[in-house]
Amino acid sequence: MHEVVKSQAVSTPWSGGGSPFAMGSKKLGMWLFIVSDTLTFSALLVAYTYARINSPNWPRPFPFNPSILYSTVMTVVLLASSLTMVMAVMAAQRGNRGSTVKWILATMFFGATFVGLHMREWFHLISEGLTPTSNHWGSPLFGAVFFGVTGLHMTHVVIGVIYLGIISIGFGRGKFSPEDVEVSGLYWHFVDLVWMFVFPLIYIMSVAPKS
Amino acid sequence: MSNHGEGDSVHPIVPARTFVWVWIFLIVLTGMEVYMGYIDLEVKVMLTVLIGLSIIKAWLIVSWFMHLKYEKRSLTLWLVPATVFCIGMMMLVFFWDSLRLAQMRPH
Repeated sequence: MHEVVKSQAVSTPWSGGGSPFAMGSKKLGMWLFIVSDTLTFSALLVAYTYARINSPNWPRPFPFNPSILYSTVMTVVLLASSLTMVMAVMAAQRGNRGSTVKWILATMFFGATFVGLHMREWFHLISEGLTPTSNHWGSPLFGAVFFGVTGLHMTHVVIGVIYLGIISIGFGRGKFSPEDVEVSGLYWHFVDLVWMFVFPLIYIMSVAPKS
Repeated sequence: MSNHGEGDSVHPIVPARTFVWVWIFLIVLTGMEVYMGYIDLEVKVMLTVLIGLSIIKAWLIVSWFMHLKYEKRSLTLWLVPATVFCIGMMMLVFFWDSLRLAQMRPH
């Protein structure tokens, strides 16, 4: 044991000694996942740009009410959930278990609100004839892009709410560490981060022109 | 070189009001984005400004909410340039090709 400690202290980070990023493997793993997921969403948004530039009849169908109003409220709700998640991580690092669970539950509430508002927005557009393969506004690719990008993002939010539920139960029972809360926070903030690009590119760039 | 063990990352204590200020700034930037949708701008200008605002918002979230600002700089230098390079490569190939195809379209 003494030899192991000695070799870790003597070796440079590049030769395997110490911990080059001064963080645990869970947190480093989450950062690597976030990088890979960033590229997934980037590829989708680049594909959207490609399709839009090459479609002469790309529609701009979103009126202020409900589409832009709802998506703006959804953005504020998601940003609020990030703030409550920051508070949860701070409470966990202070060792305040009860406060941590309450802040995580608040984050889950905002996440579930986001999904509820988004589903309402989806059903409104579906009732207006938007499907992944067709719509009566213009290029059929619009539906594929809209449901593809927002659907993948919503899937991330749903998984995040479930993930946070598991973390809150585990942390409340003392099975998870503050680092586990922080790692779940990284995932949640990433979901928020992706929406900061989806919202302007999908919604604001498709605001219905003044008639 | 600090030598932390598994899960032993150390952050400076950041006051909660710092995060509240970051959040308020993010809300203001969101308001600016919505406003952009209702002023008459050329699509290229609008896209450039919206992407610029989104990059500022992403920087705020990653730096403060995701604590990257408080991690070791080696993590930032490892992750950020590689990610930007990969996204840049995608845009370099597809964005210019899409403009080329748009110009080839019969009018």
